[in-house]
Amino acid sequence: MGAPSTASTDIGRAGALGARFLLLAVVACALMVVDRRTPYLASARHALSVGVYPVQLLVDTPSRFWRWTSTSLTERAALLKENERLKREQLYASARLQRLAALEAENARLRELLESTARVTDRVLVAEILSVDLDPYRQRFNINRGAVDGAYVGQALLDANGVVGQLVQVAPMIAEAVLITDADHAVPVIVSRNGLRTIAVGTGDTGKLRLPYLTNSADIQPGDLLLSSGLGGVFPSGYPVGRVSEVRRRPGQSFASVIAEPAAALDRDREVLLVWTGDDDPSGLAATGTTMRRAWRRIDAESLPDTVEAESTKLAESAGAEAHVADVRETP
Amino acid sequence: MRLAPLLTVLAAVVLEVMPLPPALVPFKPDFVAVALIYWSLAAPPALGLVSALLVGLALDTLTGSLLGQHGFCLMVIVYLVRKFRLRLRAFPAMQSMLVIAGLLAINEFLFLWIDGVAGRSVAISERWPPIASGTLLWVLIWSTFDRGREHAPARL
Repeated sequence: MGAPSTASTDIGRAGALGARFLLLAVVACALMVVDRRTPYLASARHALSVGVYPVQLLVDTPSRFWRWTSTSLTERAALLKENERLKREQLYASARLQRLAALEAENARLRELLESTARVTDRVLVAEILSVDLDPYRQRFNINRGAVDGAYVGQALLDANGVVGQLVQVAPMIAEAVLITDADHAVPVIVSRNGLRTIAVGTGDTGKLRLPYLTNSADIQPGDLLLSSGLGGVFPSGYPVGRVSEVRRRPGQSFASVIAEPAAALDRDREVLLVWTGDDDPSGLAATGTTMRRAWRRIDAESLPDTVEAESTKLAESAGAEAHVADVRETP
Repeated sequence: MRLAPLLTVLAAVVLEVMPLPPALVPFKPDFVAVALIYWSLAAPPALGLVSALLVGLALDTLTGSLLGQHGFCLMVIVYLVRKFRLRLRAFPAMQSMLVIAGLLAINEFLFLWIDGVAGRSVAISERWPPIASGTLLWVLIWSTFDRGREHAPARL
């Protein structure tokens, strides 16, 4: 370059810097608004997430290596012990599963009798949680399954004990999930003891859910089990969401303060299950709502087979009643 | 030499999403902001506004914030540093530390503010420790790496 005086170059550059800053700031703001209000940037996000995938793998490597070392250095005795325990658990679980299969068949038959939609069995896939730290003020995490595996936005995640969360973003190889305890998340639930329907809202604390829409006179008490109600169409119905731990009825206010503990081990999970509910028939939703309410009444369920069993009994009772009514109508 | 800024920023991005023991998470400094401040102060042509925006987009994708959110905040601080670069370099250590703390605070609160406008829930009290740890990190980096630069001819 020629040599104009330094001062003038500086001024020129400062002006250019300001102009460039303004232009780019407008671009950034436009991006944010479009990303917030419209779905047009989803494909751009896909492309970007493919670009940053190596970073995510790199970050996950140390903890993966650590897990690998610790498993390969475990003592033989400890492994044998664990193996034995797992075998016992497996035996126990498969015994319960046999009962569940029979009950499910019976349930479907009874539901047919009642002319209500059958509950479809859910298909699941195991996904591993990646050790990638997202914004620490939000309860989100990445899993190692993506669009390639058939995952979709809004898909429910479970673990061995209950509902974990749902997917909010899906890239080809990776997906981002939000926990049910995230402050921006809410899940429709049903109280298994009496069929009371409400909504469990996250608090931002992995050990707590809030039930803000229960009045002081609502029939709820500590120890009540909350199941996903299936309303809203995201979470399959009948999975444990949490257990009520604290109920405070405040005389001055119309709503009670109810706190529940999540059933899933949200902060200890390494693996989660992706769930595909069978065909989501929109007309089935309403039917499920009413029959479920009937069926859940006075059921205190500890786990899935128990709830199914109890529901079967209820259904059998109502089916029996209906059959009886039909008989009466036929006789004259 | 041109590779150094790129590598530092990449390392900062990796550190940013690296899982830490839960006790340390609240004190995690904004590595990327510190790296960008350092390079805009030490060697301005290395990383400019465009690279700040691009790094921000990568962070947005990694952490699931709005596209452009990180980029916008980073661009603001890079712009401020470059605009007042000569003055900042002339400041005594204590004063420049305060300015850096101020810049990191601007970064955090812009981010928070955008979250608020976008209707996401925000927690203000948890945003203070990263500013303090970021400033400490900056002091550490600046006192270690900029010794050699002091006698090099300043590039305007």
